[in-house]
Amino acid sequence: MLEKKNFEPKIVAFCCNWCSYAGADGAGTARKHYPANIKIIKVPCSCRVNPLFILRAFQRGADGVIMCGCHPGDCHYSTGNYYARRRMTLLLSMLDYLGVAGERFRVEWVSAAEGARFAQVMNDFAEHIAALGENVKLRDLRCKK
Amino acid sequence: MQKIEKLLQKRAAELLAEGTVERVLAWHAGEFFYDNAPAAVSSADECDKLVYNEFCPANLCKYLIETSHAGKKTAVFLKPCDTYGVNQLLKDNRIKRELVYAIGTPCSGMLDIKKIKAAGAKGIISVSVDGDEVVVNTAYGEKRLAKADVLLNKCLMCKGAAYKIADEELAEPLPVPQFTGDKFAKVKEIEAMSAEERFAFWQSELSKCIRCNACRDICPACSCEQCIFDKPDTPVAGKAYADEVEEQMYHIIRAFHVAGRCTGCGECARVCPQGIHLELLNMKFMKDINSFFGQYQAGADSETPAPQVSFKQNDPEANSAVEGREQHV
Amino acid sequence: MYKIAKDNLPKLYVALQNIGTLLLPCKNKSGHADFAPYREDAEIALDAPLTNRSAKDVFFPQVENLLTFKTSGKELALEQNVPPVGVTIVMGVRACDARSFKILDKVFLKAPVDTYYKTRREQCVLIGLGCSAPEETCFCHAFGIDAGAPETDVQTWLAGEELCWQAVTANGEELTAKLVDGGVLVEAAADAAAAVSEQQEHTQKILSVLPLHDFKVNDELTKDELKVFHSKIWEQLAAGCLSCCTCTYVCPTCHCYDIRDYQETEERTQRYRCWDSCMAKDFTLMAHGSPRKTKVERFRQRYMHKLVYFPENNEGEYACVGCGRCLQKCPVQLNIVKVAKALEKAEVKQDV
Repeated sequence: MLEKKNFEPKIVAFCCNWCSYAGADGAGTARKHYPANIKIIKVPCSCRVNPLFILRAFQRGADGVIMCGCHPGDCHYSTGNYYARRRMTLLLSMLDYLGVAGERFRVEWVSAAEGARFAQVMNDFAEHIAALGENVKLRDLRCKK
Repeated sequence: MQKIEKLLQKRAAELLAEGTVERVLAWHAGEFFYDNAPAAVSSADECDKLVYNEFCPANLCKYLIETSHAGKKTAVFLKPCDTYGVNQLLKDNRIKRELVYAIGTPCSGMLDIKKIKAAGAKGIISVSVDGDEVVVNTAYGEKRLAKADVLLNKCLMCKGAAYKIADEELAEPLPVPQFTGDKFAKVKEIEAMSAEERFAFWQSELSKCIRCNACRDICPACSCEQCIFDKPDTPVAGKAYADEVEEQMYHIIRAFHVAGRCTGCGECARVCPQGIHLELLNMKFMKDINSFFGQYQAGADSETPAPQVSFKQNDPEANSAVEGREQHV
Repeated sequence: MYKIAKDNLPKLYVALQNIGTLLLPCKNKSGHADFAPYREDAEIALDAPLTNRSAKDVFFPQVENLLTFKTSGKELALEQNVPPVGVTIVMGVRACDARSFKILDKVFLKAPVDTYYKTRREQCVLIGLGCSAPEETCFCHAFGIDAGAPETDVQTWLAGEELCWQAVTANGEELTAKLVDGGVLVEAAADAAAAVSEQQEHTQKILSVLPLHDFKVNDELTKDELKVFHSKIWEQLAAGCLSCCTCTYVCPTCHCYDIRDYQETEERTQRYRCWDSCMAKDFTLMAHGSPRKTKVERFRQRYMHKLVYFPENNEGEYACVGCGRCLQKCPVQLNIVKVAKALEKAEVKQDV
């Protein structure tokens, strides 16, 4: 009898250099486990994240995308995450309106001191995406191996 | 309207003869009365060929970009809804105020030839407006239609007769179509559908897209020197609909790029050769901006910062946009 | 001549579907008609005025994979994508569109032959539908096309309660024989031919009262080529153009394409062909830039091609069939009629 392989979602995480990436480091040094199928892309600030990146990630096969940044008010560049928050609110609403991926994208604020929280956020998200299953709607099916 | 047309011709000739402007943007007649095309004239003796009637829906403000580049002072005849576009272009630094001479042109609603044809008028020989009626003379007989029934969809949601920017007004304003309903009604209808229904709706709408880019090219908010869809090395530069996802990508990205800058002029939906309901994407963004960040009308003036380049410290959290929505994949 | 009652048309569709893939005008959700594969639940609109696009997609799809590159390690394998084998039947083709295929043939079937186009074209049977209610945007007569007699393998007309059917070519005869044998088509009554003639006459009568009834393209244009090219009128004509691709994509005779590569995975890349538009800013973009940087140049090029260069190279045949789609679809109401009429003006010939 073949063992049913558990679905391993592909998740892309955009992490800002100053807070959330440092938070990821923190999770590492504190030996807090989070799934290895989460690929982190470091950006200088959450404001750098163009909605196009998120759509592109989904198009090329990501099952879930999460954006992490400094807590509002604590942005290293003062105001970056405020703009990002606005932008992502609109993007989320639009993805939901189109009937795709609204729940496959999430925004979380994680500070450099919150290593444990980083791991927890990632574990939660990975579980959530695994339950949703594979991304089909926003995926460019030509890119399947 | 014929009176206004004469005033338009006279004023255009005056401005050119006086040297106040080097160019005038207005319309030229076509073959059928309903196919007026945007035109530019640069001498007073060409102005008697300019026209203005109930079939001048195009927003002329986009052509100001060209003339700003060329450094030519241009007079442009703007219907009330078109003036929003000029403010937006000013805000986006795409045109120079000193090179624009805006003339507020009265409008009482533009007619939709597609609706006239859908009402059964074909083989059209001529069209005229008689008070509240549209008289269509066809090869199959005469057809009379109520003007209110064949107005362009964008005119049904007229924002009013006030010009948001004008150096002068051509004539007394005309009564505009009164809109008392909820302009977001159709958007709310879609929001109320289930996720699967929404997906199916948008798949069927957006898969009609042939990537002609007319929506982008007529939009006053789409004025990038180098559009992302023109760069050959970007993944979304596909000139062809390789699959449904490409089409959705184009429309989502474009709607996002103009979010907060879209004035609701309705041109994108009017020009789409495949009849895609593009306004339902842009109106969704307008509704979201109003509810998440506060009431905002792009183009109402040329100073207020656009929603995506401003923020409030107590903006709602991004995830709240989908919290409480039903589970879907 | 054969016939089938209008009420029995679904039987015809099913019979045709059994012979090959059937395409016919179907209404989409916006109420526009376009050629689509036959489905029982489709809203078929055989007598829709004009489909959004012609059936050129059948032979010249908007996207077509040509080659697949497969890499594994240092090995590279090339696989050619071959067009599918099988008969395609297109029903409801109007006279204008039927002529447009002949124009496309002049491009794709001239040496070097485009084998992708050729394969699809040869496997296709065209069933034309004579027009009975022309629009004011129709001007096929300007190019010697008879709206009531499409140049297809089979001609059909919706007259009264029947669809009248006449085979024209050998392929048409073959198809007809199958349908007659299957009992789908029956011999038409003696007065059917008269009914068809009456409809054709009526169509011509309507065309004669429509605004474009006397529109013709000036033959002299090819003789005054340089003067037309250098005329200042192009700036005026192109003033409103947005450089979108609408006219080229809805035009039945436009045939420019681009060839691009799309990397699907690390090991697999598709080389595909897709429609391109000479009106677009990045048409034939090369390392040094675009050969026609301004909108006026591109606008002029398109119309010179259709009205001057193409006829020059093809025994006077214009690359236009008078379908009127550009009149209907251009966002700013520019079209070939306006251009051709403007070029008629004496001033054009005098400008140098």
